[in-house]
Amino acid sequence: MKRHALGIYAACILAFLHAPLAILILFSFNAGRFTIWEGFSTRWYTAALNDPQLTEGLLNSLIIAGVAAVLSTLIGTLAAYGMWRRNAPWLSGMLYLSLVTPEVVTGVSLLALCQWAFRFLHLRLGMHTVIVAHVAFSIAYVTIVVAARLRNYDRSLEEAAMDLGAGEWRAFTRVTLPSIAPAVAAAGLLALVVSFDDYVITSLVAGVDSETLPMVIYAMARRGVSPVVNAVSSLIVVAFGALILLSERLQER
Amino acid sequence: MHVLELRNVVKEFPGQRAVDGVTLALERGGFYSLLGPSGCGKTTTLRMVGGFEKPSSGDVFLNGERVNERKPYERNVSTVFQSYALFPHLTALGNVEFGLRERGVAGRRERAMNALELVKLSARAQRFPAALSGGEKQRVALARSLVLEPQLLLLDEPLAALDPDLRKQMRAELKAMQRQTGITFLLVTHDQEEALSLSDKLAVMNSGRIEQFGTPEDVYLRPASAFVAGFLGAVNWFGDAGVRPEATRIARERPAEGPSRRASVASVVFLGNRVHVHMALDEGGRAVAELPRAQDQFREGDAVWLHWNAADEMRFP
Repeated sequence: MKRHALGIYAACILAFLHAPLAILILFSFNAGRFTIWEGFSTRWYTAALNDPQLTEGLLNSLIIAGVAAVLSTLIGTLAAYGMWRRNAPWLSGMLYLSLVTPEVVTGVSLLALCQWAFRFLHLRLGMHTVIVAHVAFSIAYVTIVVAARLRNYDRSLEEAAMDLGAGEWRAFTRVTLPSIAPAVAAAGLLALVVSFDDYVITSLVAGVDSETLPMVIYAMARRGVSPVVNAVSSLIVVAFGALILLSERLQER
Repeated sequence: MHVLELRNVVKEFPGQRAVDGVTLALERGGFYSLLGPSGCGKTTTLRMVGGFEKPSSGDVFLNGERVNERKPYERNVSTVFQSYALFPHLTALGNVEFGLRERGVAGRRERAMNALELVKLSARAQRFPAALSGGEKQRVALARSLVLEPQLLLLDEPLAALDPDLRKQMRAELKAMQRQTGITFLLVTHDQEEALSLSDKLAVMNSGRIEQFGTPEDVYLRPASAFVAGFLGAVNWFGDAGVRPEATRIARERPAEGPSRRASVASVVFLGNRVHVHMALDEGGRAVAELPRAQDQFREGDAVWLHWNAADEMRFP
């Protein structure tokens, strides 16, 4: 009896969490324009892939998320390693601060930074500012994932490498990095996802040439619910669901 | 020239003095041990020799050269870690080749295979550490260090993680390997039997200091302090005289000469080739005598005389 109740409870919660996504995906295949089922069709997928605004937004998003993920993984991994070597708990405290800061505050502060910096540099808001902003907020995610792996990492492995003649950098690249590589890859995927996903910060620091996919979708959705949005959103759900699963699998290794 | 010399080495950690003025000199080619209870500073001492900790004061010399400031990779010593610290992403062979590659040695494959042969593990060369047993990991760790032909091999509780049978076997092999290679071994252990059976000389440590440095016979038979006497084996205390159980005898009648005490048998423990007779002294306190099995004629409750030769007494100021 108790087991049944728990099972039903779990099913309800899962339904509550995922029913909206299921409905979204269902109606993305609807032949009609409204939320009345009129038959199966892939016309909205065709329309989405032929929409120049959407494809440009997707391209921008992929470039930004790709570059930001690589840079933040590099910086975040080295940061986690440095904190692990130095045993600096207050530094990791500051990282959590950057995670809990409301996005709109982060966005406004980054915008303020850009405007201040532009007084000295002949630059304008654009893709580069979006990339800088994304690197800034992704570093914390990367660092926390890598730091969690390093906590279980046997320090004597690195000592053994140095004992056998490897300098500090060689010990890191030849022993520590291969050992934590799955976590680094997972962190990189996570950074890719949070960067691709971001709307608030991006919309504040983006220029005219750097509209990302979330910004395009948001603008479309405000003009009225178009099934094209459903189609694009479904594609994103599937692609990123797969990435997150991959990231989880890597973290378990 | 001593292969290793420590001069008044001190290591302080916040709120604690782990090593408190250790002085020690090791001759080339010997088998040495640092023996002591956990927290006595023996591992910290070893880590300062390996270059993983810097002394707070005092000096470390390797082959007459002061090496206080040298990094682990700038010293010709190698450590076998307690956890073995094998690289999980490399095979046994890859682990053994690691140091040779870092040092740019030619003929790596052959040397590494020879080292694996020395530890009788050639058949496991292509296995990853996860697929090796505890004893096999231990052998790979040894081969990985020995292949570099260090002046000094440091072993941090190398047998602690093995089960008892394997431990005895590896003990014999360690000794044989040391004799075969001629490399100076310095072993850290809290197991007195291990230290006594392996070492040419051992240093008994307590609270960050060396209480005695000598041959196994010296420290067991002529301990320099009550701590050393008690750490290396059981002691029956009669005032300020200590007597080992195997030097303690039992008689029904009062012996004509020599020191003796009245006691009653509290329990008799059968240990196969010998028996332990535990006694309560009439004057208060307890004592144990280790006797050959043939003498097993005492029963619980028997009133006896416990006696010993004055020459077997250990006395400390």
